[in-house]
Amino acid sequence: MLKQISQLHSLRGWIATLSLLGIAIVVIPSLNIFLPQESFFHVPDYIVSLFGKYLCYAMVALAVDLIWGYTGILSLGHGVFFSIGGYAMGMYLMRSIGKEGVYKSDLPDFMVFLDWKELPWYWYGFDNFSFTLLVILILPGLFAFIFGFFAFRSRIKGVYFAIITQAMTFALMLLFFRNNTGFGGNNGLTDFKRILGYSLHEPSTKMGLYVITATLLFLSYVLCRYVVKSKLGRVLTAIRDAESRVMFSGYNTLHYKLFVWTLSACLCGIAGALYVPQVGIINPSEMQPSNSIEMAIWVAVGGRASLGGAFLGAGVVNGAKSWFTVAAPDYWLYFLGSLFIVVTLYFPKGLIGIFTRFSPAEKTKEISR
Amino acid sequence: MSSAETQVKEESVNTMHGCILYVEGVTVSFDGFKALDDLNVYIDDGELRCIIGPNGAGKTTMMDVVTGKTRPDRGTVFFGQNHDLTEMTEYEIAHLGIGRKFQKPTVFQNHTVFENLELAFHTNKNVWMSLTKSLTGEQREKTDEVLETIGLVNQMNLRAGLLSHGQKQWLEIGMLLVQDPRLLLIDEPVAGMTHQETEATVELLKSLAGKHSVVVVEHEMDFIRSIANRVTVLHEGRVLADGKMEDVQNDPKVIEVYLGS
Repeated sequence: MLKQISQLHSLRGWIATLSLLGIAIVVIPSLNIFLPQESFFHVPDYIVSLFGKYLCYAMVALAVDLIWGYTGILSLGHGVFFSIGGYAMGMYLMRSIGKEGVYKSDLPDFMVFLDWKELPWYWYGFDNFSFTLLVILILPGLFAFIFGFFAFRSRIKGVYFAIITQAMTFALMLLFFRNNTGFGGNNGLTDFKRILGYSLHEPSTKMGLYVITATLLFLSYVLCRYVVKSKLGRVLTAIRDAESRVMFSGYNTLHYKLFVWTLSACLCGIAGALYVPQVGIINPSEMQPSNSIEMAIWVAVGGRASLGGAFLGAGVVNGAKSWFTVAAPDYWLYFLGSLFIVVTLYFPKGLIGIFTRFSPAEKTKEISR
Repeated sequence: MSSAETQVKEESVNTMHGCILYVEGVTVSFDGFKALDDLNVYIDDGELRCIIGPNGAGKTTMMDVVTGKTRPDRGTVFFGQNHDLTEMTEYEIAHLGIGRKFQKPTVFQNHTVFENLELAFHTNKNVWMSLTKSLTGEQREKTDEVLETIGLVNQMNLRAGLLSHGQKQWLEIGMLLVQDPRLLLIDEPVAGMTHQETEATVELLKSLAGKHSVVVVEHEMDFIRSIANRVTVLHEGRVLADGKMEDVQNDPKVIEVYLGS
């Protein structure tokens, strides 16, 4: 097993990957904790939180890249899986507020506000962290599996599939906006106090969440790398390029698509669950159609069918977004739109394509005839 | 790794009566146009059969029906005596041992030649096996053999999209070979090939007959003549003539609709 994992990268590749991991979970925390605040190299707390958020987005980008970049199925509904994971975590965080809410009730504030007397049945169990973890791991995948089963069995493809996923996220957003659905309506779930007893306002808790996110992102990366480097990964790209040939070669493509679709949703759900305690809120706007479209743009900008590209895209687009929404908020969407157009037209392999174009491995693949 | 895991459960195909494929009374219509009209074709086990006919005669539709891509309105298609193909999906039919080469060469453009063969290789093709297993030494040897046969040893690490047209045709035939089918359906194998390539293809297909049953659909008359075997002529979704090339060539009905033109 360990041998197989070590073969996922060349030595150089592993050095690069592990250095990035080292920077994320050793260097940045050290610069934050051990350097005095006035030092030039000090990393302030808000930057750590911001990076934590980006890492969640990077995990989403990995998930979208698996299904779109490698398998050629464009999903414009990954915001749903992200939100399911996020809401599950949010429900746990709501339950662990206890009686410290505004109304000093055992119920979450919004329920008291709606004059509900007892907890709806689907909130049972969320005061238990293990149960919540189980839901985070299973529910997004289960939902994706059922949705995917019907869509892929009916051989819905391409733009039709994209439209249906877009409709799915829109429908769920409307459902979650209703107060009676029982997830806090348009305010969503917020005012969290603590996770597993640790206060969410403490910088040390935030740092902990950040390190956990970075570690899980690394593990997700290794998992995705394992998938795309296996024969299964080659079947996936073959489905993208010539699905009928894959079927006539004796593969049940339904099973392959369902597998990668479900895996992608699971990763997205985990990302959502990590995201919520770090930003302190989850509400239905995460399921806005435009959010899911943005996720696809990260991957398109970074480079489809390249896991490194997914990281790069999530980082570059969100970095630009953070800067723009402060410096020139009105122009952000114009910038995003132009970035998307320029990359699609001039860099079909995304930003990562600029680097890999010169890598020796790619060169021999192209020229050795 | 136990060999039992990687082995495929072999389906038995009953060819007791010498026939491997029975296409009986098959009718397919698209919006009222009958692409196949009560078609009857029987392929013997180990035979090399050529199917010719003018455009729109139903040659490709027949292949679609056999491989599960199109469902017939009426009629039955049996593989051996025990497998009703009209009830099965494309991948099940492929697993049973029917390989198909498309008219336009379809290989996986972004995979190397070797990977193309790896993906086609006859082995357990479920998700879990693909995730955890790769080719065994024995399977690699077989792949190398096939690379030799199709003359692409030097190109094995080249992206298939970069091959010439003829090489792609051969790669696709190679993919069928590693799939180890009982019956090969080959749609226009020499389209766009040079004279030498065509000759080599004829030799290859001839060498396949016997071990496999081969059905070739082709326009190219020289090619059919050089194979010189049993020929079936389709016209408007029916069998117009059937027999040896010389007899078919001199059949007045055939001359009228096809050869004479």
